[in-house]
Amino acid sequence: MAMVLRLSLFLTVLLLSLNPSSALYDDQVGLMDWHQQYIGKAKHVVFHTQKAGRKRVVVSTEENVIASLDLRRGDIFWRHALGATDTVDEMDIALGKYVITLSSGGTILRAWNLPDGQMVWESLLQGSKPSKKFLSVMNFKMDKDNIIFVFGGGCLHAVSSIDGEVLWRKELTTESLQIQQVFQPVDSDIIYAVGFVGSSQFQTYQFNAKTGELLKQSVAAFHGGFSGEISFASDDILVALDATGSHLVLILYQDEISFHQTYISDLVPDSSGVERILPTKLTGIFALKTDSSVVFLRLIGEYKLEVVEKINSAAAFSDALSFSEGQKAFGLVQHVGSRIQLVVKLDNDWNSNLLEESVEIDPQKGLVQKIFINNYMRTDKSYGFRALIVMEDHSLMLLQQGVIVWTREDGLASIIDVTTAELPVEKEGVSVSKVEHNLFEWLKGHILKLKGTLMLASPDDIAAIQAMRLKSSEKSKMTRDHNGFRKLLIVLSGAGKLFALHTGDGRVVWSLLLPSLRRSGSCQFPTGSNIYQWQVPHHHALDENPSILVVSRCGLGSDALGVLSFVDSYTGKELSSLSLAHSIAQVIPLPLTDSTEQRLHLLIDASGRAHLYPKTSEAFKIFQSEFPNIYWYSIDAEKEIIRGHALHSNCGLEETDEYCFNTRELWSIVFPSESEKIISTATRKLNEVVHTQAKVIADQDVTFKYISRNLLFVATVAPKGDCPIGSVTPEESWLVVYLIDTVTGRILHRMTHLGSQGPVHAVISENWVVYHYFNLRAHKYEMSVIEIYDQSRADNKDVWKLLLGKHNLTTPVSSYSRPEVVMKSQSYFFTHSVKTMSVTSTAKGITSKQLLIGTIGDQVLALDKRYLDPRRSINPTQAEKEEGIIPLTDSLPIIPQSYVTHSLQVEGLRGILTVPTKLESTTLVFAYGVDLFLTRIAPSRTYDSLTEDFSYALLLITIVALIAAIFVTWVLSEKKELREKWR
Amino acid sequence: MEKGKGVLVRRWAIDFTDNSTTTSSRDIPDPLGYSRASQDQDDSAVSKQKKDAESNWKAQKAWEVAQAPFKNLLMMGFMMWMAGNTVHLFSIGITFSALWQPINALQGVGKVFEPYKDSKVDILTPKLLFIALNLASLALGIWKLNTLGLLPTHASDWVSSLPPAQDVEYSGGGLPLR
Repeated sequence: MAMVLRLSLFLTVLLLSLNPSSALYDDQVGLMDWHQQYIGKAKHVVFHTQKAGRKRVVVSTEENVIASLDLRRGDIFWRHALGATDTVDEMDIALGKYVITLSSGGTILRAWNLPDGQMVWESLLQGSKPSKKFLSVMNFKMDKDNIIFVFGGGCLHAVSSIDGEVLWRKELTTESLQIQQVFQPVDSDIIYAVGFVGSSQFQTYQFNAKTGELLKQSVAAFHGGFSGEISFASDDILVALDATGSHLVLILYQDEISFHQTYISDLVPDSSGVERILPTKLTGIFALKTDSSVVFLRLIGEYKLEVVEKINSAAAFSDALSFSEGQKAFGLVQHVGSRIQLVVKLDNDWNSNLLEESVEIDPQKGLVQKIFINNYMRTDKSYGFRALIVMEDHSLMLLQQGVIVWTREDGLASIIDVTTAELPVEKEGVSVSKVEHNLFEWLKGHILKLKGTLMLASPDDIAAIQAMRLKSSEKSKMTRDHNGFRKLLIVLSGAGKLFALHTGDGRVVWSLLLPSLRRSGSCQFPTGSNIYQWQVPHHHALDENPSILVVSRCGLGSDALGVLSFVDSYTGKELSSLSLAHSIAQVIPLPLTDSTEQRLHLLIDASGRAHLYPKTSEAFKIFQSEFPNIYWYSIDAEKEIIRGHALHSNCGLEETDEYCFNTRELWSIVFPSESEKIISTATRKLNEVVHTQAKVIADQDVTFKYISRNLLFVATVAPKGDCPIGSVTPEESWLVVYLIDTVTGRILHRMTHLGSQGPVHAVISENWVVYHYFNLRAHKYEMSVIEIYDQSRADNKDVWKLLLGKHNLTTPVSSYSRPEVVMKSQSYFFTHSVKTMSVTSTAKGITSKQLLIGTIGDQVLALDKRYLDPRRSINPTQAEKEEGIIPLTDSLPIIPQSYVTHSLQVEGLRGILTVPTKLESTTLVFAYGVDLFLTRIAPSRTYDSLTEDFSYALLLITIVALIAAIFVTWVLSEKKELREKWR
Repeated sequence: MEKGKGVLVRRWAIDFTDNSTTTSSRDIPDPLGYSRASQDQDDSAVSKQKKDAESNWKAQKAWEVAQAPFKNLLMMGFMMWMAGNTVHLFSIGITFSALWQPINALQGVGKVFEPYKDSKVDILTPKLLFIALNLASLALGIWKLNTLGLLPTHASDWVSSLPPAQDVEYSGGGLPLR
């Protein structure tokens, strides 16, 4: 008896010690997670290389990030992500120690300290109307202060760079005046502002830079009219295009305004379709962009122009950089075959080059888009130049002395869509030597680990253990693993580039700049939109590589023609691409696959016709069998209508296209537009697996979940309430949530939250919906949960009937049977505002769920679904407690240990993707924004595997010791027995 | 060591007192005046008496064995009461031993009564008692299993394993692509 007790006690202790805690220890960081920091496509660059030692460059990007990068390695020193609406318009450097940024449409001016990136001051500038934005920093020699001139919102401001105080302010907002340029010639106290009034009048203003006094104002009319922008030809001459775009207009503006026209075709004979004048800041030279080339024109004499060079390939050039007394240089980069050529020239001498370098470049990086140059002093006192180049895929690289010093894949900062792909299965026939090596390494590693557990390890050993854990080759292998932790994340970036990231260590396995997403003659404005899993071979077609579908379209309008690309997930090669003859409004992956495991997709075009892909007869046959059961719905957020459609017949237009179907409208839900406005919708994830339809509640009772794929959550607010929080009173705003069956259009549930407003974030999983909104009365954020139960199957409770299979629980359910549903719901306060919300998903759906909440602090918080249970009450009964119901509290707890991003931040968090692994307890979480973060979480702890720090060596040694002990005792007992016998 | 020496010293020995019947052969004629038959008769009388005693004893033993599970039953009951109604290692261990013991005993019921098998002894009733007691013990175990909630007697036990019903219709769509 005592033996049993002791054994049970021992086993209990063992079981308890196997349970890992949900939080991480310090040394576990980086074992299962990785974090990558990006900045986005560089827009403005300011070099900071005056002081010896710290060579840095400050970059502002299209993702509204301001970052200071190390010029030697490209690492981030500091970084600030401004909000999504706080676009950086201009950037400059002042006093040699501040970075000045102008953002939010020219209304916010900030100064950042260069070494550490702290904000020194911030000035809000008053503006009256949107206009162009200009920023220039002027240095008065005698003064210690630099004055910053800012034009934004139709006002010209002079701001002190020490404290951001506005010195003077001038409004330039007369009727239909559009300021085109604000500038200040070098060594002059006069600021010029030039612009157009209407389409044909040219106006200049001259201000005293110190006092803001208006010195002069003049207007002149040009009969030909203007189009596009004004650019500089030289210090005193501006250049613009006339209204027809066929003439260049040179404008002499300083004393008296005079115009001079030049016919472009006289200068450039075969120039067809001049697009615009490229903004340059060179003296005497400007550039003209035509549809196929860039033409550089030089001003000779007063009004004469000549063509200096015509570049037919893609090229980019930098602003002028004054590098020594009176000398200005600029950089020009162009493609020569597979190489790029960088040329640095003096701006007044086109024929000689200061520097000429050429470097091989990855064709997947596309064309050069921007170049920024900076000079440095070589050891022999001559000038050297380095160039920062922005490529078509948004990557940033530093070119110096003919080599690419570093490259940053900043295209990953603008992820549009993510999907996953499995890795190849491990090939058989691993060589023996490799196994032996592995075995030795394995043993060595485990002995080290054992030393660690037994507290025998020296600091060196501990370091070795940590290093071994971090860069274990196991997690970054290119093959599928038993637990399914190793996968490929395939992401589509805003630049139209596909990246495959390894989930083990986050490295880029392959990347592909999609040819179909690049600007070409037939496709002017390609926009990538979504990626889907096209072929996922796992049963029948194992020898085929999986592939993904990239949906894009040529143009911005909803009726732009679609383009489909099919990309091999293993190799990253484009298998084929299809230019469609119809537009794409919606892509519906169907729950059907053909014999090669290609998923059938239904593409809906703008006119409501459905097109089936792949266009094979086999797919058509499969589709035909399911034809009457396929529906689709569309949400018109502008007209506040949700429509349901069914497939009807083949398209009548072309007899040949049997893969095209007409659809007819079945139902529509029209929201009253004066009181409701759709702000958020949510559906269940397509690949979600639900394990059971029953929910066992206290006392072995059972309720049935209403599990339907065709469930749509819609949240509407009062039109007044669709604005930032705080601008409406609780009486004016309300939030209405709907649960709609998208097959029949039946509204299953409708609930009104008075005095609440958006933004609403919602997730649907299994039979529940969780949504987050703002409660205006309580001045708090709230989260609500709705659980849906199917009442029509509630009487399936006879054990004998269930035992004999006489029940209808597994028979397919039709939405037309109008199942009787019951809703349970509850609301709680929640401290954080939310950027995005997601839910964990596991392979079989057995593991309990966690909500993943992207907080405003760019972290991901895991919140147990148990906290959002409508059955929570203040005093749960004993049975309910046993079931795991938590006593009701008014707000949801935020446990610091449950941040899955632990101490890290995913700047600019936009989305959270969960990927089930083969191990049921575990799910991969990929959070993306400007940064990327991936980790592995186990919502119910890892109940199905030993923890990563489990000591196999200890186990092995214990077993060996036990066997040895058995043997020794056996020998001893044998001897003793023999002795007894002889007695 | 002392003994070992002794063993070594004694090389061989013949035991003349050996009178086992197996070694003495019937080929050798009996000594004069010795009548084997009379002794046999005498022996048979004694043995009969002995046999009676033995069968009595056997019957008694058989009853004892048959009643043994009763004690076991009481002890099990006590232990089950101690173990409580929550599922944990101890209660599961006890319950399973409570189930396994009677099953094991029932399987070996023939063997248990093998030594007491006799033409004169009635072992059927003790056997039946034994089986009944063990069945009672088994029932106790099952009852315990039920109180622990480990028997699939509720609808929830059968429904949980059923996969959710499929939808007949499929509907996709949503907001138009941006």
